[in-house]
Amino acid sequence: MLNLVANNSMVTEHEEVPDRITVGPSGPKPRRTLSRRNIVVYGTLIVVALYYLLPLYVMFMTSLKGMPEIRVGNIFAPPVEITFEPWVKAWAQACTGLNCDGLSRGFWNSVRITVPSVIISIAIASVNGYALANWRFKGADLFFTILIVGAFIPYQVMIYPIVIVLREMGVYGTLTGLIIVHTIFGMPILTLLFRNYFAGLPEELFKAARVDGAGFWTIYLKIMLPMSLPIFVVAMILQVTGIWNDFLFGVVFTRPEYYPMTVQLNNIVNSVQGVKEYNVNMAATLLTGLVPLTIYFISGRLFVRGIAAGAVKG
Amino acid sequence: MTSVSVRDLSLNFGAITVLDKLNLDINHGEFLVLLGSSGCGKSTLLNCIAGLLDVSEGQIFIKDRNVTWEEPKDRGIGMVFQSYALYPQMSVEKNLSFGLQVARVPQAEIDKRVARAAEILQIQPLLKRKPAELSGGQRQRVAIGRALVRDVDVFLFDEPLSNLDAKLRSELRVEIKRLHQSLKNTMIYVTHDQIEALTLADRIAVMKGGVIQQLADPMTIYNAPENLFVAGFIGSPSMNFFRGEVAAKDGRSFVQVGGVAFDVTGYPARTGLQPGQKVVLGLRPEHVKIDEAGAGDAAHQAVVDIEEPMGADNLLWLTLAGQSMSVRIAGQRRYKPGTAVRLSFDMGVASIFDAASENRL
Repeated sequence: MLNLVANNSMVTEHEEVPDRITVGPSGPKPRRTLSRRNIVVYGTLIVVALYYLLPLYVMFMTSLKGMPEIRVGNIFAPPVEITFEPWVKAWAQACTGLNCDGLSRGFWNSVRITVPSVIISIAIASVNGYALANWRFKGADLFFTILIVGAFIPYQVMIYPIVIVLREMGVYGTLTGLIIVHTIFGMPILTLLFRNYFAGLPEELFKAARVDGAGFWTIYLKIMLPMSLPIFVVAMILQVTGIWNDFLFGVVFTRPEYYPMTVQLNNIVNSVQGVKEYNVNMAATLLTGLVPLTIYFISGRLFVRGIAAGAVKG
Repeated sequence: MTSVSVRDLSLNFGAITVLDKLNLDINHGEFLVLLGSSGCGKSTLLNCIAGLLDVSEGQIFIKDRNVTWEEPKDRGIGMVFQSYALYPQMSVEKNLSFGLQVARVPQAEIDKRVARAAEILQIQPLLKRKPAELSGGQRQRVAIGRALVRDVDVFLFDEPLSNLDAKLRSELRVEIKRLHQSLKNTMIYVTHDQIEALTLADRIAVMKGGVIQQLADPMTIYNAPENLFVAGFIGSPSMNFFRGEVAAKDGRSFVQVGGVAFDVTGYPARTGLQPGQKVVLGLRPEHVKIDEAGAGDAAHQAVVDIEEPMGADNLLWLTLAGQSMSVRIAGQRRYKPGTAVRLSFDMGVASIFDAASENRL
């Protein structure tokens, strides 16, 4: 703004002695902050952002209110008296069926399901993708086609057969069973992801490593892995949020004591006994959503850094 | 003594034949350049020799050992790629020593070899840096170093200078030549750049469509191209071609092109030119002499269309016998467009090809 003013004053000064060189436009074209284009773009962005943030705001405010305040009915008003009671209750005391130890049990179950599933599925899929991209074995195309088709088959079709398979393996209803299911279902999309990434790396790098005498695993571990942080972060985001938010497999393939957090949340919110404790429900929902949210915040940064590091070509 | 020998090598990708029954013997310590436009199979041939592609038919010998089924690392080769292919996450030192570490060479030996390679290529100050912190020329030097530390018999270069700018390219070209003179290894070098081929090679193999068109030393390739393709591919600007017919008169031979007759009596023909034969006469721009009006052969009068001064020499585009041709003259001789000049030719260094078979006569 200051600059603009200075420019204008210069123009007026020179108007008495017209001089085409100094009066004519020079340097960057000045742009107005409040142009119509900016108003439309930023206006739309702000409205959309508010639209998505409003439910979160309502939930957060409600979770900090006591029941009497909620009954007043103004859901947008901030709490008059802030209380963390609903959060404590949602975490440690809320009842699901017979148990009254809150979401904490579900949280730890979800951790025990998510961590191994994510690690195993990414480990296997990255090797699959690497083999498909760099070591063209016989039948590679067929194998890849089958994997892709697998990505499009609706889960519901496979639930019953998988129940039988897990039962025959003796892992039905256990965490192990659920981890196996998550690993298998993550395979098509993750393999595709890794294959495309590795196929995008310069082929000559792979050739150079072969001339240097490196084999399948040496090339994978020493050359490919260190170059692949961005895609691993992407895969991790996909898998952590996908598995953490999973409800269907959690409810079908496990017993109540192993229910993941999402299933437990549903049981708390949908319990029909007694008063509907909205504040506790809101707190429980926020708690359940906290993990994917954290992952986005932390890894989103890592992701950008990984991309930036990968952008510098060797 | 052959260092690398390729016997009846064929390679097919599905129905496409990239290399067809190719034979090539490379002597020990020789610098051989595979030259051709893209898609001619030169890089494919190099990859086959390196063992990075499985051959469809035929055999490859390196140092009289059949390596057709050997892994790249067991063939005694080092390879330098166009895109450098340095491992981006490793320092220069690690890049150089990676292959040796994989081969479990003792650390003391690794240090010795890395130090030697760094000294030869003058990259000691760069050893601790990552490839991203190096310039293009430095990267390619490191890539050469990676082949050097492997202590191999045969160096393979796959268009190593194509990613560099013109100035660096000519600098590194000299360095590669110097390297070859001091190491005396066998080197096979793939390029589409004829200047690189002519300056570096002991012998050049000009390739087209998976077939070697001519295999000879640079001067033979340049002065006595075996066929029309080689003649047109080598030389910039390209050789001037005149399609005509052989005629004989008074014991002298001529090539009659339209209304213009070229006296080719002095041409060292292999088989003798038959009158009436359809031929293509090839004249390099620098083998045409320009005489001021009045001198020279009155039959070869031409008008200057365009002048392209290049400093050291000067390129004239003229029209003769109804077609455009180029003439290279010394840089200080200038001709304005529209000037009439007379041309004379040195048939001792001309080339004549059969119009049908396109082979040298």
